[in-house]
Amino acid sequence: MSKLNELTIAEALKGLKRKEFSCVELASSYIKEMEKRRGLNAYVLETTETALEQAKASDKRYANGSERAVEGVPLGIKDLFCTKGVRTTACSKILSNFVPEYESTVTQKLLDGGAAFLGKTNMDEFAMGSSNETSCFGPVVNPWKEEEKFVPGGSSGGSAAAVAANICAGATGSDTGGSIRQPSAYCGITGIKPTYGRCSRYGMVAFASSLDQAGIFGKDVRDNAILLSVISGYDNKDATSAKAEVPNFESFLTQDVKGLKIGIPKEYRPHGLNEEISKYWDMGIEMLKARGAEVVEISLPHTKYALAAYYTVAPAEASSNLARYDGVRYGLRENGDSLDNLYINTRTKGFGREVKRRIMIGTYVLSSGYYDAYYLQAQKVRRLIKEDFINAFKKCDVILTPTAPTAAFKIGDKSMSEDPVNMYLNDIFTIPASLAGLPAMSLPIGLSSNGLPLGLQLIGKPFDEGTVLKAAHALETDVKFARK
Amino acid sequence: MAEYIIKTKKGEWEVVCGLEVHCQIISNSKIFSGASTNFGDMPNNNVAFLDAGMPGLLPTLNEMCVKQAVKTGLGLNAKINNYSEFARKNYFYADLPLGYQISQFEYPIVGEGGITIDLDDGAAKEIGIERLHIEQDAGKSIHDIDPDKTFIDFNRAGVGLMEIVSKPDFRSPEEAGAYLYKLRSIVRYLGTCDGNMDEGSMRCDVNVSVRPFGSSEFRTRCEMKNVNSVRFVMQAIEAEAKRQVEVYENGGTIEQETRHFDPVAGVTKKMRKKEFAHDYRYFPEPDLLPLVLDDKFVENIKKEMPELPDVKKKRLIEELGLTPYDAKVICESREVADFFETAARGVDAKKVANWLIGDFFGMLNKKGLEIKNSPVKPEDLGKLVDLISKDVISGKIAKEVFEIMSETGESPEKIVEEKGLKQETDVAAINAIIDELIINHPNEAAAYKGGRNNLLGFFVGQVLKRTQGKANPAVVNKMVAEKLG
Repeated sequence: MSKLNELTIAEALKGLKRKEFSCVELASSYIKEMEKRRGLNAYVLETTETALEQAKASDKRYANGSERAVEGVPLGIKDLFCTKGVRTTACSKILSNFVPEYESTVTQKLLDGGAAFLGKTNMDEFAMGSSNETSCFGPVVNPWKEEEKFVPGGSSGGSAAAVAANICAGATGSDTGGSIRQPSAYCGITGIKPTYGRCSRYGMVAFASSLDQAGIFGKDVRDNAILLSVISGYDNKDATSAKAEVPNFESFLTQDVKGLKIGIPKEYRPHGLNEEISKYWDMGIEMLKARGAEVVEISLPHTKYALAAYYTVAPAEASSNLARYDGVRYGLRENGDSLDNLYINTRTKGFGREVKRRIMIGTYVLSSGYYDAYYLQAQKVRRLIKEDFINAFKKCDVILTPTAPTAAFKIGDKSMSEDPVNMYLNDIFTIPASLAGLPAMSLPIGLSSNGLPLGLQLIGKPFDEGTVLKAAHALETDVKFARK
Repeated sequence: MAEYIIKTKKGEWEVVCGLEVHCQIISNSKIFSGASTNFGDMPNNNVAFLDAGMPGLLPTLNEMCVKQAVKTGLGLNAKINNYSEFARKNYFYADLPLGYQISQFEYPIVGEGGITIDLDDGAAKEIGIERLHIEQDAGKSIHDIDPDKTFIDFNRAGVGLMEIVSKPDFRSPEEAGAYLYKLRSIVRYLGTCDGNMDEGSMRCDVNVSVRPFGSSEFRTRCEMKNVNSVRFVMQAIEAEAKRQVEVYENGGTIEQETRHFDPVAGVTKKMRKKEFAHDYRYFPEPDLLPLVLDDKFVENIKKEMPELPDVKKKRLIEELGLTPYDAKVICESREVADFFETAARGVDAKKVANWLIGDFFGMLNKKGLEIKNSPVKPEDLGKLVDLISKDVISGKIAKEVFEIMSETGESPEKIVEEKGLKQETDVAAINAIIDELIINHPNEAAAYKGGRNNLLGFFVGQVLKRTQGKANPAVVNKMVAEKLG
């Protein structure tokens, strides 16, 4: 038998039910591995003692037969989810001392499902970044080719690296423009961003409210389905959460993809697309075809405006969402001789470069005289992109694309740090689905020539995560990707 | 009404004014959080996580506040918008916990409407309503506890507000004052706002411009924020109009700016640019869905609408025969109107109105009481009037009885019974007294018969004296005249 921390959640749950091992043993195997892998910097806060207590309580439940959906499953929690009594920083200096008095709905649902929390995972500051390098706790190292120090992707880099390194069984993430899918691809794991509104945003530190969506990192598609079933559902504490019925997502995995219409957007294969990625994409198409799926070419004509629209809307909302970090009530305070200077000192010291850049962009695009030209225009583009998808889904059931245009790059890569637009281009394939609020997931398709994982993305209709999971499961079965 | 014209040596000017009134919505909990709205609690006792601007907290709309806004909109005869949107108004201030105020901008919940204002000379004027939108209040900064520190009370942060924007229809300070009184009366009738300007549950921003009398142009306006009494609003308009006229007549121009009214000096002063130069960067609030009201929701609120002051006034004049003045006084406040209507049930309404506005208000005034704390119950005031109408007591005795009622709170019947104040209606007894008087004063009786009609008063007075005021003067008058006939 493999080591306990290498089991998938489905395997672990089976073993726990059969009393092959205990929850404490399972948690301990992860905790032991966490100690060994601290060099990855995946966790910014370890809560292993609590996790062991939770595991003990879970063992009692297995003993008396009252175990819940994910009883005893040890998870990593992105540091963007507020956890009651446990420091929550969004990896920003400005919240470095912040301990919430409330629990986010997503983590509460996981706790109610019996999960144990191993700790809070590293991320880009306020989820702003695509490489996890903007964290005030320093970058995360991608577990693939660890000695060469590649980025794990971002913003949920800590969660992705932790799942890939087997230092948690699964993890929560949040995805605003690709923050679950792109790190999943870079770390060779599977991650899903469900439909906007599928999960409550209550207790998630906000970046861009109209785009932020909680999601899951797992070792495979099934684990995604299991955890997604737990965290989904309407919440009266979030007015934008949807009153949509939550199916048992695992039940879709056994379904056949025969006759399923797979859309291939022609705009996602621009001139100069990385050849390896292009090749793997074709491989994925062939695999689905071989299973009887029908492949159709579709057009998403406004794709080329998506990045610009995203980098207008998201910073606009962020500039407003981050206004509350002013040093007055909680978090970092740097005093000044006037209220304005207290703001200036606190925010100058508390926010990192990228966050400041986005606050500036966001403030600018909302300013009088510029609002119509930028923000309003971006909202129009967003509507057009949504319509693109509506039209495309008249011809297909699910869309297959690459997740990211490249494999992971090295920490400190100059081409990224010197030109933020290069960094933003990492999200070129993930952003359109975010703007349209659609469910999308990334799964590993193979390794690049230099041994780094690459991913494919599946995009579904609103609230049709089931079809996404079904297609992903079929692909996963054929790809037989060797997890790290 | 008399036109309000600013006359100078150089010309005649007219003032153009519009008001933006913030009304705190009456609701048990705040508009986007579950915290209590109770006024006067210990500082920072009624603060939900959202009201403190904690990360990850989301607003959820309190339906009660929506109902109250719709109700107010209906009370302003305004269009209720089935579709409205929330927007963020961004600015930094220490008592604004989120760094933005959740408000409405492009799509308010209530559109155009109008109300009638009553002016002192009895004239009425229509004032247009531009819009009403809902938003959250900020906290309160307290600067006077410590010389170096500011304290902040977030109890008020997140309380629901209605901002009611008038059209620039006011042409005098008096009209603006009458509007505020009418608006206050309407929201109080509806139970949607306390309307207490001194407690801050109703606050007023004043926009003023001037133009040559007779012109129809709109010139640049200046705004005075947070003027906190009706009197100050009227003074601010007067002072600002005068200032602008002076500027124009000296060849200057008016800049659009925010000014502050100093009630002590009686002048408006320019605020430092920093204090108001905000670019609010409005954008649609992504944490809340657009507010969509179905017709049934609005219909149900229509059914709950109480009779409003103007309609009530009309009814009291037309159906109960009150004078327009009495009806206006009675309808100004819902409490007074309710008191009146209870008192007037089944009795002479005009007499009740006279008593209410005369002796009753006088009594409250003297005792420094509000009507809700009146020692005299409305039913008892009605009974008192009824006793007069039915000749059980005279008007003179009634005043005595009322005096006792306002001290003891007892019913008039009980007082009349116990003190033996019932009017003498025993005709035989009165006849006997008259007979006796004629015998004892033969000269006067003869003189009367001889044409000295004014002697009738002498005999009537004597009878009333003998009956200690309990005899009805009118009856006695008639009887004496017959006897002496």
